[in-house]
Amino acid sequence: MGGFVSRGFRRRRRTTTDQATRLPPGQYVEPGFPVLSAGPTPRVDLKEWRFKVEGLVKTPREWTWEEIHDLRGSSFEGDIHCVTRWSKLGTSFAGVSVDTLLDAAEPRPEATHVVAFCYGGYTTNLPLEDVRGGKAWVVWDHEGRPLPPEHGGPARLLVPHLYFWKSAKWLNGLRLLDHDAPGFWESLGYHNHGDPWREERYWGD
Amino acid sequence: MGRLSWRLANVVEVRPETARVVTLALEVPVWDGHLPGQHVDVRLTAEDGYRAERAYSIASSPDGGRIELAVERLEDGEVSPYLAGELRPGDQLELRGPVGGYFVWEPGRGGPLLLVAGGSGVAPLMAMVRYRAATGREVPARLLYSSRTEEDVIFREELDRLADAGDGLTVTHALTRAQPPGWAGYARRIDAVMLEEVGWRPGERPLIYVCGPTRLVEAVAGDLVALGHDPVRVKTERFGPTGVP
Repeated sequence: MGGFVSRGFRRRRRTTTDQATRLPPGQYVEPGFPVLSAGPTPRVDLKEWRFKVEGLVKTPREWTWEEIHDLRGSSFEGDIHCVTRWSKLGTSFAGVSVDTLLDAAEPRPEATHVVAFCYGGYTTNLPLEDVRGGKAWVVWDHEGRPLPPEHGGPARLLVPHLYFWKSAKWLNGLRLLDHDAPGFWESLGYHNHGDPWREERYWGD
Repeated sequence: MGRLSWRLANVVEVRPETARVVTLALEVPVWDGHLPGQHVDVRLTAEDGYRAERAYSIASSPDGGRIELAVERLEDGEVSPYLAGELRPGDQLELRGPVGGYFVWEPGRGGPLLLVAGGSGVAPLMAMVRYRAATGREVPARLLYSSRTEEDVIFREELDRLADAGDGLTVTHALTRAQPPGWAGYARRIDAVMLEEVGWRPGERPLIYVCGPTRLVEAVAGDLVALGHDPVRVKTERFGPTGVP
């Protein structure tokens, strides 16, 4: 639809050059941290909390809250992008690298995809390669404080190079598969992969 | 399913609802219809090529020939001041959709329905109320709607009329900041007591839709679960930052 101009519309937001280069197409800078969830926020007791790696692994693993904190920590500092168009620049999270968790469980060679499953029933799917190689974390701190429940606490997945619905809240575990299996939003019209730089928002994008 | 392509809609009516909210009525060529609760993406393009995109819930029933968006003007916003201040009948607006397959209701999904709205979060619920009035009157529905003042109530007259029809819809208002003299409705934020008084009992297994600012949605959804409602029957849609990054 080239050439259409919205009569009388002018830019109102000022974006620095640095921000502009960091913003994927169709996104705007959001200083806050909006909450988006499809249902009530689950409350998970830390004593009951578990994180599991299961499916196509040599050794299915399960960690308690204390045990996962004993693993070598890892943090992320950078930008996150929500499909509803806000991007939060220069934010930070801390937890553990997904590499550390997968290495402990030893993925089988036929594993190609992963489904993140969550307290409350949410799921999201990712190619295994999108959560390996320092690209994904399980995080429980945000900017130096415990991750609040409405933002996915006790712990959420963090996959900052994809739209933020892939960074599943209230994470309970990862299941490795030899095929792709669309998750919650991916079954409801949202893109299967969700790369913000390719603007993969919806089916067919 | 094919790609959701951008298309040009014609603005056929701009109707003030409150001091800050307007309804935009749009004619969209080749519109395949929508489900109540779905939204559209709107894209504005400036002469220098700058673009801004936002999502807006559809407030109209799918049985009409056009779609309506209820837009609240946010003073520090970029898109809403244009949509709710600049746009006039005869203008065109670029959009694509409908989008969203979870926060939706149609009569076949059953009920009873409990709809809880805060401010302009009433928009997608209004689509459900309107569609129910047009096609699904056998499903009993209750709308609990929180506004700051009486003047901020969107769709006030239409909601009164729909509730007066006596076809199984009740509308209950809560005014949180100021109430007119003789106000008989609630005069506080929505809380667990109010949900228990207005809503269905958990044993009646209502389908519940909650839409509004994050603080309202978080509180209401939490209260509903604490009252014993099944979390999978509570669907939420939130907007706005938390204020606490």
